[in-house]
Amino acid sequence: MFRYVVQRAIAFIPTVLGISVLIFFAIRLIPGDSITAMLGTEAGMLTDTQRASLEQYFGLDKPAVEQYFIWLGNVAHGDLGYSVRHGQPVLDVILHRFPVTLELALLSVIIALSIGITLGIMSAVFHNSPIDLFGQLFALIGLAAPNFLIGTLLIYVLSVYFGILPNSGDYVELTKDPQRNLEQLIFPAITLGFAFSASVMRTTRSAMLEVLSQDYIRTARSKGLREYPVVVRHALRNALIPVVTLVGVEMGYLLGGAVIVEEIFTLPGIGRLAYNAISQRDYALVQGVTLFIALNFLVINLIVDFIYTLLDPRISYAKHS
Amino acid sequence: MKVSRIVLSIALVVLVLGAALPALAQGDGNVLIVARAADTTGLDPHTQTAFASLRLLELIYEPLVTLDADLNLVPALAESWEFSDDATQLTFTLRQGVTFHDGSDFTSEDVKASFERILDEATGAATRANLLSIASVDTPDDYTVVLNLAEPDVPLLAALATTNAVILSSDVIASGDPTTDAIGTGPFMLDSWVPEETTTLTANPNWWGDGPFVDGIEMRVIPDEASILAALRAGTVDFALLNDPLVATLLIDDPDVVLNRAPSIAYHVLQLNAANPPLDQLEVRQAISCAIDRQEVLDTAALGEGSVTGPVTSPAYQVPLDEFFCYERDVDMAKELLAQAGLEDGFTLNIMAASAEPPTALAEAQTIQSQLAEINIEVEIEPLELSVYVDRWLAADFDAAVALNGGRPDPYTMYARYFTADGNLATVAGYGDDTLNELMQEGRVETDPAARLDIFTQFQKHLVEMAPWVWLYTDYEYTAQQPYVQGFVPMPTDSIYSLAQVTIERE
Repeated sequence: MFRYVVQRAIAFIPTVLGISVLIFFAIRLIPGDSITAMLGTEAGMLTDTQRASLEQYFGLDKPAVEQYFIWLGNVAHGDLGYSVRHGQPVLDVILHRFPVTLELALLSVIIALSIGITLGIMSAVFHNSPIDLFGQLFALIGLAAPNFLIGTLLIYVLSVYFGILPNSGDYVELTKDPQRNLEQLIFPAITLGFAFSASVMRTTRSAMLEVLSQDYIRTARSKGLREYPVVVRHALRNALIPVVTLVGVEMGYLLGGAVIVEEIFTLPGIGRLAYNAISQRDYALVQGVTLFIALNFLVINLIVDFIYTLLDPRISYAKHS
Repeated sequence: MKVSRIVLSIALVVLVLGAALPALAQGDGNVLIVARAADTTGLDPHTQTAFASLRLLELIYEPLVTLDADLNLVPALAESWEFSDDATQLTFTLRQGVTFHDGSDFTSEDVKASFERILDEATGAATRANLLSIASVDTPDDYTVVLNLAEPDVPLLAALATTNAVILSSDVIASGDPTTDAIGTGPFMLDSWVPEETTTLTANPNWWGDGPFVDGIEMRVIPDEASILAALRAGTVDFALLNDPLVATLLIDDPDVVLNRAPSIAYHVLQLNAANPPLDQLEVRQAISCAIDRQEVLDTAALGEGSVTGPVTSPAYQVPLDEFFCYERDVDMAKELLAQAGLEDGFTLNIMAASAEPPTALAEAQTIQSQLAEINIEVEIEPLELSVYVDRWLAADFDAAVALNGGRPDPYTMYARYFTADGNLATVAGYGDDTLNELMQEGRVETDPAARLDIFTQFQKHLVEMAPWVWLYTDYEYTAQQPYVQGFVPMPTDSIYSLAQVTIERE
C-alpha cells in the first residue's frame, strides 16, 4: 500500500507540470493585464515610460517563457510567487482562505451524505412506496434548482422575514468564535449540500436496489438475519462504493471553491479568490490557486482509492506492484 | 409548484435553525459599518484610479482643494489660492497645524514632493497628464507653495481636486513605500486592509477638521449587491455603497432604510469610432444621433433613474437640451441623413459593451439596437469582460461602444484627453477638428467664469452636432444608510469624504 501511495505521489509531478504550463499560458492569452485591470480606462493616460515602469513593478517586463521558468524554479523551492494585488506571498493568501473553503466543503458533504444516504436507503428499501416517491421528488428538485436560486432565497427569507443575516462580510474564523462561525457557514453549506444530497440520494438508491437483488443478500436473508443488519452491514457497504466516487469528485469541486455561493454568502474562500484573481489578472495568484486546486483533486483521488479498499476488501492495490 | 415547494422546505429549515440562532450582536457602538461590492485595488493614491480604491483613499489622504456638493472648489489642505493675472503662477496658502498620521507636520515640502512624485514618469500616475503644465514647484516658506506653469492653465485647480493628486508625506516618498504605508492627513487612519474582506479605519484624533464623530469605520466587501440589500434590511451594516439601479431602487419605499440619490456627473454614452467607415461620414453619425431616443434608453435600461445629458455634466456648464442638435428623436431626419450618405439600405454596426460595467450596459445596447433597427441599421452587440473591453477600447479597436465615463467638474479636464489633438485618448475618441481644438485652448486660458461658460457652450453644441459620440444620460450615485446614521452628504462625484461628519445616533 505504502509503495502504491508513493508511486501515485510521484505521478503527480508530470500532471502538475502539465497543468502549470496550461494555466500559465492560458491566463496570458486572455487580453488585458494587471495594469489595465487596475487603472481601467485611465490606463490610456499613461505614457510609454510610465507603462514600462509599471510593467516592471508587476513583473510583466520579461517574455512569458522566461517568466514561466522563473516561476517554476521558485515553485520548486515552495515559493508560489507574490500577489501584487494582496501584497503578500501567494501561499499565505491561499492558506488564509483555504480553511473557509475546506470547512464549507466538509459541512456540505456531511449534510449531503446524511440526507442523501438516508433517503437513498429508504427509497431503495421501500421501493415504489410513497417514501420512494418523496425521495425521488426531493432529488428532482435538488438537481433542478441552481445554487444561486437556493442561496438567494435563503438570504431573502432570513433577512426579510427573520431580520437576521449570519454573515455581512464579517466572517469569523472557526478558532476565534466557533458558534458564530458555524452560524455563518450553515446556510451556504445547506445551499451546497442540498443539491449534492440529491445526487447522493439517487446514486445510493440505485446502488442499493442493485445490491439488494444480489445472491449474497439472498443468502444473508435465508440465514435468517433480520432486515436491519442485512441492509446496513451487508448491502450498504457495497452500495457505498459509487457514492464514495461521487463524493470524491464533488469534494474536488467544492475545494476548488463554490464561487457563486461564496459570492452570495460573502465568504472569503478559494472560489472568490480565484475569480477575483482572474478578473484582476493577478497572474501569480491565478497560477498558485489553480495549482492548489489541481493538487486537491489529485490528493482526493488518492484518498478515494484508499477508501475503496476499506469498503471492499476485494479491491487491493498492493498486489499490482 | 416546484418553487413553492422549495420555499416551503427552506422556510421549514429556516424556522428550525432560525429559532436556534441567538440574537445577533450589533456592531459595537460607535464604529460605522460600511458595505460595498468592490474592494480597493491598491493603496497608492497616485496610481489607483478605480472608483473602489478612491472611495477608501479619500478618507485617508487629502488634496489641496476639494469639491463641495455643488462641485464648487473648496479648501482642503490649502486655505486659499490665487492665480497670477496671466494664469501662469498658482499660489497656495497652506493650512497650518495639520499633521500626518505618523505625527509629522504637514508643510510645503510635502506638497512639492507629492507633485514631483506625480510628475515623475516612473511613478505611473494616471493624473500626471492633467498636471503637465506645472514646470516647477517653489516653497518660499513652510506654508506657501507656488506652482510655476509653463503655460496658462486655469483648469489645473480643478484637476488638483482629486484623490489622485493628494499630498503624501515627503518622508514616506523619500524613504518609505507609498504602496504599503498609507500615511495621510485625512480624517481616518488605516488600521488594516485584508483584500476582498474588510478594511478597518480608526478616527484621526488630530484631524484639522471638525470630526470625525465615529470611532472608526469598518468597510466590508459584500460582492453581491442583493446581499448588501439583505444586510441593510437585517441591520447588520450601517451604510452601503450601491451601483446597480435595479438593486438600489428596491429601497425607495423601504421605511427602515434611507436611500440617498445624488445626481452623478459620470455619463452614459454611445461612442462611435469616427475613424472607421461608414462612421467616418458625418451624416451617418448624425443619423444615429437622431434615431436614438435618449429618454427611452434611460427609462428602459435604468428605470428612468437619471436624466438625459449633453456632453458636460457639471451643473455650472449645462446647456438646455433643446439647443443641441437632434436631441428630440427624429426618425425621418435620420433616414434622410442616411440616404444622403448613400446608406438608405442600412448597414451593420457592432457595439461592444462590458458585462455588468455599468450594470445597465447591455440593456442600453439592446434599447439602442431596437431603435436603430428602425432606420435599417442592424446592431450586433458584443458583450465583453471588463479587462478585455478596456483593452479593446484603449486600442480604439471597436466601431461603437457603450460606456460609462467619469465626469469632471471642469469641462477642460473632462474632455481635453479626448477632443484635443494631443490628448492621451484622442485615438480612442476617433474624432477631432480645429474648432474643438481652438475652443479647448480658449477655455484653458480664460479666467472669467462667464466667458468660460460661453466657450464651453459653443464647444458642447459643436461636439453634439459632429456626433462623434451620442451622449445619453447621467444616473445617480447611490448610498443607503440606517436611519440612525446622520450627517452624510451625498456627492455627485460619488465621494464619501463626508463620512468624517457622520454621527451614529441609536435610540
